[in-house]
Amino acid sequence: MDIANKRGVLLLFGIMACGITVADTSVKLPEPKEGQYVHQAPTLEDLEKDESLKPQLKAVIRKGYDLFMNTQQLRGENVFNDMNCRTCHMGEGRKMWAAPVWPASTTLPDFRGKNQHVNSVEERIAGCFAFSMNGKPPAYGSDTMLALVAYQQWMAKGAPVYETNIAGRGFGKLEKPKLEPDYGRGEAVFSENCSVCHGDKGQGQKNAEGTVVFPPLWGDGAYNWGAGMTRIFTAAAFIKHNMPLGQPGKLSDQDAWDVAYFINAQERPQDPRFVGSAEATREKFLNFHKHTLYGTKVNGRVLGAHTNTGEKPFLKPDNLKPRTFEQGSDSW
Amino acid sequence: MKKQLKPRIASLVLALSCGGASGLALADADPIKGQQTSAMCIACHQADGNGKSNAGAESWPRLAGLNAEYIEKQLRDFRGGLRQSATMMPFANMLTEQQIKNVSAYYAQLTPTHTEAVSLTDEQQALGKRLAVRGDWDRYIPACNSCHGPDAAGVGKSFPELAGQHSDYIRQQLHAWKNGSRSNDPNNLMLAVAKRMTEQDIDAVALWLAKQPIK
Repeated sequence: MDIANKRGVLLLFGIMACGITVADTSVKLPEPKEGQYVHQAPTLEDLEKDESLKPQLKAVIRKGYDLFMNTQQLRGENVFNDMNCRTCHMGEGRKMWAAPVWPASTTLPDFRGKNQHVNSVEERIAGCFAFSMNGKPPAYGSDTMLALVAYQQWMAKGAPVYETNIAGRGFGKLEKPKLEPDYGRGEAVFSENCSVCHGDKGQGQKNAEGTVVFPPLWGDGAYNWGAGMTRIFTAAAFIKHNMPLGQPGKLSDQDAWDVAYFINAQERPQDPRFVGSAEATREKFLNFHKHTLYGTKVNGRVLGAHTNTGEKPFLKPDNLKPRTFEQGSDSW
Repeated sequence: MKKQLKPRIASLVLALSCGGASGLALADADPIKGQQTSAMCIACHQADGNGKSNAGAESWPRLAGLNAEYIEKQLRDFRGGLRQSATMMPFANMLTEQQIKNVSAYYAQLTPTHTEAVSLTDEQQALGKRLAVRGDWDRYIPACNSCHGPDAAGVGKSFPELAGQHSDYIRQQLHAWKNGSRSNDPNNLMLAVAKRMTEQDIDAVALWLAKQPIK
């Protein structure tokens, strides 16, 4: 036996002796709670089979699906980073614990704490474009907006309107971790579990033709400082219930919190609601930013202390504006 | 216990440090020297690197045009026993680290051609395309394309091109992951998905991928 061969056998023996067995790769997700509404969103196959829908509507829903899955077709117009809708809303926007989008169609219009007013479905989608896509929302009433709304609402088929006790809504919620989330531990979790796809510097990966396959997690191509994903608890739940791809529930809660902290302690494009300094912006939107590291000092530097808007040539999209209903009446 | 493990850990460290290699003084990969080394590969992988499908027997994958670092890792894994193959292990064991780099670079720069005539039923066509392009999320099967990229043309060093790979080879590898005999994929990414695939899924997706044009 030559040396190389011997080494191979020794190594193999070593691995077996160390007790490395085939990993548990099963899907581990929470069960719906008693009394929660559980929705089975339809698939594209169901769409084709559904004879109750007019062909013209089906065409718009298909367009919505196409935009949802490949939102990069709006790059430079509405999208100024490497994200697609499906990047966060995994499983075609249908799946529990992967921020299914259909509940927006059954629970809106409603008041949202994030912008302190009553939001329509279109406005909710506009929020995704302004923050998560670091972009400019498609105009209200535009073909793009209609298609996205149609896809989303069709997936809600059969769900009760204004039922808010929905199983698997958002990404779920994790219990607070035993240990405060930690940058160093998070970095180790990242290197071991995330970097193979998202790159060793969180830069994501493109194929040879330049199409984004794995999204960047920070930097100019990532979600900006106003995106819901910058909240540590949101990212932790997303990671726990969706990552690594195909193995939901693989990471411990602590690992999910730690790596969410690490990722969200990196720089990204400015919050479009910026009022001149990260500290002041944090203070103004503290109901949101109390869950982020924005405007705080991490490793000796204040996060978000810059005017970088990434690829986007402006800070705030003009259709992101407050509403007032001061003329409306409080009661009959 | 600790004492007992030591020699094994030492051999692991040795294998990894040989395998990792970047710290050692290696020359840049030389595809021309790699072509000389490939003399030992062509009986199976063919002179043009397009491999060969052998129905009912071990199939020989196409190497032409695959990512060089992906090929390198597979050779090191065969050598180190992280990927099991009675056929490949003796060959991989004959290669020095430099030869691994050279021969991988040689195969990576070859232009692949489609050599397998694939026929599939309408049902296989529909199922194969669905799994490759959209996946089946109700069974937590993400699309092939979500890691292997658009048109399954491959992404970086960890996600090889599947389009135009031999159907029998794809089928055999999915089976190997499913039954646990292959597990050298990073973070069990492929293993987890393969375990959820039925025989029908594996057949359909292997055939569909094999039929796709090579990018």
